[in-house]
Amino acid sequence: MKDQADGYVTADGRQIGPVVMEMKNITLRFGGVEAIKDISLDIREGEIRAIIGPNGAGKSSMLNVISGFYVPQDGEVWYKGARRAAMKPFQVAEQGIARTFQNIALFEGMTVLDNVMTGRLTHMETGLFWQSLWKGKAEREETANREVAEKIIDFLEIQAIRKTPVSRLSYGLKKRVELARALAAEPSILLLDEPMAGMNVEEKEDMSRFILDVNDEFGTTIVLIEHDMGVVMDLSDRVVVMDYGKKIGDGSPHDVRNNQDVIDAYLGVAHDD
Amino acid sequence: MAYKLVSADGPQSVPALLHRNAKQFANAPAYREKEFGIWQSWTWSQTRDEVEALALGFLELGANEGDFIAIIGRNRPYLYWAMMAAEMVGAVPVPLYQDANAEEMAYVLDHCGARFVIAGDQEQVDKVLEVQDQLTQFERIIYLDPRGLRKYDHAALDQYAAVQDMGRKNRDKHIKELEARQAKLNYDSTGVMLYTSGTTGKPKGVVLSNRNIIETAKSSSEFDHLRQTDDILAYLPMAWVGDFIFSVGQALWTGFCTNCPESADTMHVDLREIGPTYYFAPPRVFETQLTSVMIRMEDASRFKKWLFDRFMKVARKVGPAILDGKPVGLMDRLKYGLGELMIYGPLKNTLGLSRVRVGYTAGEAIGPEIFDFYRSLGINLKQLYGQTEATVFITAQPDGEVRSDTVGVTCPGVELKIAENGEVFYRSPGVFVEYYKNPESTADTKDAEGWVATGDAGFIEESTGHLRIIDRAKDVGKMADGSLFAPKYVENKLKFFPNILEAVVFGNGRTECTAFINIDLTAVGNWAERNNIGYASYQELARHPQVMDQIQSHVEEVNASIAEDEMLSGCQVHRFVVLHKELDADDGELTRTRKVRRKVIGEKFEDIINALYDGSPSVSTVTEVTYEDGRKGSIAATLEVRDAKVFADNRKKKAAA
Repeated sequence: MKDQADGYVTADGRQIGPVVMEMKNITLRFGGVEAIKDISLDIREGEIRAIIGPNGAGKSSMLNVISGFYVPQDGEVWYKGARRAAMKPFQVAEQGIARTFQNIALFEGMTVLDNVMTGRLTHMETGLFWQSLWKGKAEREETANREVAEKIIDFLEIQAIRKTPVSRLSYGLKKRVELARALAAEPSILLLDEPMAGMNVEEKEDMSRFILDVNDEFGTTIVLIEHDMGVVMDLSDRVVVMDYGKKIGDGSPHDVRNNQDVIDAYLGVAHDD
Repeated sequence: MAYKLVSADGPQSVPALLHRNAKQFANAPAYREKEFGIWQSWTWSQTRDEVEALALGFLELGANEGDFIAIIGRNRPYLYWAMMAAEMVGAVPVPLYQDANAEEMAYVLDHCGARFVIAGDQEQVDKVLEVQDQLTQFERIIYLDPRGLRKYDHAALDQYAAVQDMGRKNRDKHIKELEARQAKLNYDSTGVMLYTSGTTGKPKGVVLSNRNIIETAKSSSEFDHLRQTDDILAYLPMAWVGDFIFSVGQALWTGFCTNCPESADTMHVDLREIGPTYYFAPPRVFETQLTSVMIRMEDASRFKKWLFDRFMKVARKVGPAILDGKPVGLMDRLKYGLGELMIYGPLKNTLGLSRVRVGYTAGEAIGPEIFDFYRSLGINLKQLYGQTEATVFITAQPDGEVRSDTVGVTCPGVELKIAENGEVFYRSPGVFVEYYKNPESTADTKDAEGWVATGDAGFIEESTGHLRIIDRAKDVGKMADGSLFAPKYVENKLKFFPNILEAVVFGNGRTECTAFINIDLTAVGNWAERNNIGYASYQELARHPQVMDQIQSHVEEVNASIAEDEMLSGCQVHRFVVLHKELDADDGELTRTRKVRRKVIGEKFEDIINALYDGSPSVSTVTEVTYEDGRKGSIAATLEVRDAKVFADNRKKKAAA
């Protein structure tokens, strides 16, 4: 792993920028349980950063710290060169961080298009007055936002279900719609919590392609949690490995794969007979 | 020649027609495509400008006259323009099937020696790059959708829009050359080259001249009174001759608008939004649509279902007659009008067929029920018969003379003759120039006088002058008494019944016909469930007496309809068995595309065929089967041989029956 402070170019020609977010000595407790123990990690601009680990390792908690949903008891979160204070979720969204959820959290009764449009909320400026009046400013704004939403629908190839209520979609498609909604916010950091859980091979391949394309086309920084090792190793630039709330590995997929601690955590420690 | 060249003084090439339209219909929509949820449209004059910019870009890239430019992708206006732009610079456009794999693509690209490839997206670019080492003349790819291609090496790669920009920038440099090249184009210059899909052997490149394209487009447009204000939906493969003639030939000739769907998945939604007035679909599309309507009606509320059934009865009775302009009683007209208001209108709207004035189906036989269903709704669905070598049109059904069992009368300018063995030959202004780099095949197919062999057997009905295609010429035989034996014709009629999945008819050289039947497990199983008939296996269901009775009634119905046929009444099925196993490609009885292998079946089931002809009431047999994992086993069964009623012949007394 190259360590230039202001970034480097990957083997496949992508520009990775300087560190955009840094977690310093994070510790997160729920009562007596230490979910995260003194972990530090950084995220560079434009990279695909994976967090892996066995069940209960604290991956989702880590993602929630990054998204600002959990506030750690100890440690600091630095974002774009400034220390981040405790924030409300909407403030996080306004800072350009969007996410998808492990258990899909879409508005089931609404159409795909409406769901994607909700992702544009942070980009809407007209207030209640103009919205109720509709003609004029609010209408123009809706059109502009619809255009962005349509570009994302086109990008993720979900045109055919544009007007379909989400409740009628398959699991794999719902995951894709969730990604669309997150993208609609035009985030600078996209957090994906197990984007491929419960998918078949074909759906996984599609999703992998979309994640790579998003990163490639929009330059979005992506942090993802995933269990499918093949996917993680193929997609990500750098991988953090957690076990029991501790960081046991951090580096390129190649480094991590050959890290003895990581192998032990995943395969169990072998005992000599 | 027997026909005359009608437009000898009119536009003589595809680009010339484009220039005419840009002037004549300057502000009328020429192409539309749904993108980002909105129908984007281009007028004829904008289309001309876009095409011209691309053609200038081609010149800047060094395209020569006589070059081949391949086009691969789904139906998009840009790709249609690429075909026109290729012709503008004197090159030959070659649209390829977008779902072809890299190897198939390599053969075609190498065969025509394409220098440039216009690719729709990354998928197509990848395929071409994969095989580029096998191609000797290939130089550059021009791609349309940049997605995923940013990191590719652009040494031999250009974006479509960039080529157009390059063309616009260098307009002054090349415009004289472009005009000179267009001026050289005439009726004899090549308009397009289309590869036949190649069910037998390697694909062949069919060269079509501007004469073929324009004469065919003109006569067929006049035949169906196509208008400048018509709309079509372009969704069938661009490499298929039909799409080329509809979306380029006829579109240019009449100036109507070609609409491209947003993606393959949105076809049905886009169809509803556009509401085409001129529409083509192969039979299976109509069939799937009908099935989905019927299934949804089964789930509808009881009142709606009742209303639907009641009005569909009215529609079946008088709908086709009203469509054909035949006299219909006032009461029936009123009922039909009410039905239009409550059922037919909304249904047509749902199907996206409200505005269809001319609809065609072709390619294979369409079931009469399916055909009648659409016609009874008031949709002018017709059949045509054609092939790539004829620039589509050989025969078509004129308005008012539509039946499900004919393919219509000869199109204007087409001559037909039937050979001794029943094979259909034609000659027309649409007859292709040649198979590219394949003079032997050209000579085999087209004789010195311009007659082309279709490979299909058929006959012309004396009373109406309609052509009827009965079978592939090589499958047609003779009965012992010398009358025509056309197995596929009878099999198709049998297979139109939902209960019958597969049928094989025997009788070549014999005195009477017999048949093997496979029941459709889904349809018959469904029926059995509803009627509380228990069964454990296909075999058990197949020999259930009630199932046998049903099949017998189907066979007899088919016999009755064949008896009315002057040429084929000898093909009535006298005896049949319902087979104890489904014919299967794993056992070699069918091809992978589910076509019956007569010879294999004839040998394998010889004992059953003998029983069909020696009058025994049943036959015991053991058949070897191959399971999906490759193991072999055998099925033993005793099959009942049933006699079916045959009907009096039109031509002669039936002594044998």
